[in-house]
Amino acid sequence: MAFSKEYLTEQRNAEWRVELRQQIKNKERTEIERVKMPELDPVKRAKEQRIEVNIGLSKEQAVLEARRCMDCVNPTCIDGCPVSINIPKFIKNIERGDFPEAAKALKETNTLPAVCGRVCPQEKQCEASCFYTQKLKKPPVAIGYLERFAADYERESGQMSLPEVAEPNGIKVAAIGSGPASLAFAGDMVKAGYDVTVFEALHEIGGVLKYGIPEFRLPNNTVDAELDILTKMGVNFKKNFIVGKTASFDDLKEMGFKAFFVASGAGLPNFMNIPGENFNGILSSNEYLTRVNLMNASDENFDTPVLYGKNVAVIGGGNTAMDSVRTAKRLGADRSMIIYRRSRQEMPARIEEVKHAEEEGIEFMNLHNPVEYFSDEQGRVNRMRLLKMELGEPDASGRRRPVPIEGSEFDIPVDLVIVAIGVSPNPLIPAALPELKVSRWGTIEVDMETMQSSIPELFAGGDIVRGGATVILAMGDGRRAAAGMDDYLKSSKY
Amino acid sequence: MNKILQKERFSDKVYRFVVEAPMIAKSRKPGHFIILRVDEKGERIPLTIAAADEKAGTITLVVQNVGVTSAKLCNMEAGETLTDLVGPLGKATHISKVGTVLACGGGVGIAPLLPIVEGFKKAGNKVISVLAARNKDLIILEKEIRQWSDEVIVMTDDGSYGNKGLVTQGAEEVINREKVDECIAIGPAVMMKFTSLLTKKYNIPTQASLNSIMVDGTGMCGACRVTVGGRTYFTCVDGPEFNAHEIDFDEMIKRLGGYVEEEKAAYERFVASDKI
Ligand SMILES: Cc1cc2nc3c(=O)[nH]c(=O)nc-3n(C[C@H](O)[C@H](O)[C@H](O)COP(=O)(O)OP(=O)(O)OC[C@H]3O[C@@H](n4cnc5c(N)ncnc54)[C@H](O)[C@@H]3O)c2cc1C
Ligand code: FES
Repeated sequence: MAFSKEYLTEQRNAEWRVELRQQIKNKERTEIERVKMPELDPVKRAKEQRIEVNIGLSKEQAVLEARRCMDCVNPTCIDGCPVSINIPKFIKNIERGDFPEAAKALKETNTLPAVCGRVCPQEKQCEASCFYTQKLKKPPVAIGYLERFAADYERESGQMSLPEVAEPNGIKVAAIGSGPASLAFAGDMVKAGYDVTVFEALHEIGGVLKYGIPEFRLPNNTVDAELDILTKMGVNFKKNFIVGKTASFDDLKEMGFKAFFVASGAGLPNFMNIPGENFNGILSSNEYLTRVNLMNASDENFDTPVLYGKNVAVIGGGNTAMDSVRTAKRLGADRSMIIYRRSRQEMPARIEEVKHAEEEGIEFMNLHNPVEYFSDEQGRVNRMRLLKMELGEPDASGRRRPVPIEGSEFDIPVDLVIVAIGVSPNPLIPAALPELKVSRWGTIEVDMETMQSSIPELFAGGDIVRGGATVILAMGDGRRAAAGMDDYLKSSKY
Repeated sequence: MNKILQKERFSDKVYRFVVEAPMIAKSRKPGHFIILRVDEKGERIPLTIAAADEKAGTITLVVQNVGVTSAKLCNMEAGETLTDLVGPLGKATHISKVGTVLACGGGVGIAPLLPIVEGFKKAGNKVISVLAARNKDLIILEKEIRQWSDEVIVMTDDGSYGNKGLVTQGAEEVINREKVDECIAIGPAVMMKFTSLLTKKYNIPTQASLNSIMVDGTGMCGACRVTVGGRTYFTCVDGPEFNAHEIDFDEMIKRLGGYVEEEKAAYERFVASDKI
């Protein structure tokens, strides 16, 4: 899927790009300071669950930031992108003011740029391999902000282009789950002429994008706009349908489906299995975020309840933990704390989320680990015991291993605890298909080139293959699976 | 969107609904449940499938009015539609030929018991059912249970129907009288707890079907956690039936009360909104 070197060079030699490069000297470009993302005021925003923190760049800001990019001969940024977006091409289009064209360049490889511009860990991907980071030791070009800008511009201008769709070939294929992996898959397959149906267990389409990531980070209308395009392109969405339960794979085959893409996510929340963890008021981040985001529990007009806490502890240091702790703050907690067993440096969350959390008054108790919970008579948690940690030798993940400090336990009062220590693969599909090859961890085993599983007509991708990963990797999988399935269907008589 | 085709009143607070759901009618087995939302603002609640008609493409649900959602549902009429309905969820009851089965149902728990009783009978077992409720009005589906039972014993707290007493009294009478090979208990948590304590005393393998609080019903949230044999399980995917002798009922009962305050407030708002 990655572009060839020759193609990239050819594009780089386009007349307009040569001209742009000549307009400003590189030295001048490097002297421009990296743009600051305009944000809502931290005090105000810490009360708003459904208003986005990042406001987005203005046209002027975007063009100026785009100028920083030197349109390198060897664009290393592309190697840092899991779906190999032609980054200089889209950025240079922003520089010359052709924003719709920038959005188009993004969409050549990325189905959901408005989403990725908001939630990708750019600091570990494209921006980490930017020339500025690598060679100049300066802040990288704000690739993520620019991606979001171009995608938002296209959407808000109402000129969202419908990709071309091939003549329908009448072949029915199914995508299972409606998260980013499936959406990317569905987009590519419908373009290639297939009759695609996306099956979703919940009553909303979008997977984690809807039930997990809060609107202060990823507004629903951003996702809905993408879903709208897919619908217009001809993708069928079927909600409230659990493949393997509502109907079996055999039933679906009988209904005419020739191949399947399983992207059922890593939905199963992990707990620590420490004493008292089943007390009331201790819940998984999935439960907490689902209640608030999907079920609108914090709005009195909706029926689903949610627990409000004064002293809220969130266990973990990933994006899910940050989303939960900031949600608790927004729902009125006095103290909203992160309890993380390593140090800030090892936190897997996006840097921007940690920064936003700090600005919003989140307390960080790093190098602490819960060991036990206590409750009142009704069984509601009221206290937790923490153990202090220190960093030891690096472990298998390359991060320094947290080691408990003997005898350092102490208690703090809590009335709501949210456990965000990771997820395991959703077992529904493997349980429905005993012959499907899965790993020791329950992830589906596939050929990473074609995403084909041990069952020839079954492909898989996203978190069900990788364990908890990222939106962009899930999308990349969806696209590779689409290519793999297309080949398979063309070459087999099925 | 699933259409309500029939509604029948069992008592003031208990109604039976026949709902259009052709796929589920075909794939469900005894022990399975569904999750539904009555409207766009509704919560997701689990309800056990009491019966299904594959030909007609319908499932039967029995609902007791206990909170906002069940109240909204009980106010709905035939012809109206439910916004969302998904299933079948959970693991099916393990049904085999064991000999004599003692089936204990309490209150609306009698509804989910019905397909299980039917299953055990069809598998060639002798089935003795003990149905219990506070009063005569709350004994539901007696005729249907009778159809699949060799014997039915009715117990009411106030003696207004059948024998006066608790489900455990009816059950113990049977146990003292003849050999029971397996017991199944469905009803309020306290009723299941005491039935389980009883059968444990007599070493009779017992399954209880838990009505934990749920959100998604697909194993995604863990709201439905329960401790069985010292380990945590998710009721929606690992259950709803578990070995009753190993269930931590006290924890389960506390967890059922996890949102009482919130639910009470919501119910009061609902009543005040005059929608009742
Ligand atoms: C709170 C939170 C914050 C996150 N933040 C970020 C971030 O900032 N950046 C980032 O890159 N990543 C983030 N992630 C991770 C990212 O969301 C996931 O890696 C990504 O969504 C995985 O996509 P997917 O398509 O594999 O599955 P999912 O998005 O998990 O979707 C799977 C869907 O399949 C459905 N399903 C499961 N089984 C069945 C079945 N049998 N039949 C029908 N439907 C079924 C599920 O209901 C679910 O909707 C975050 C995750 C969470 C939970
Ligand atoms: S209801 Fe969410 S995991 Fe069981």
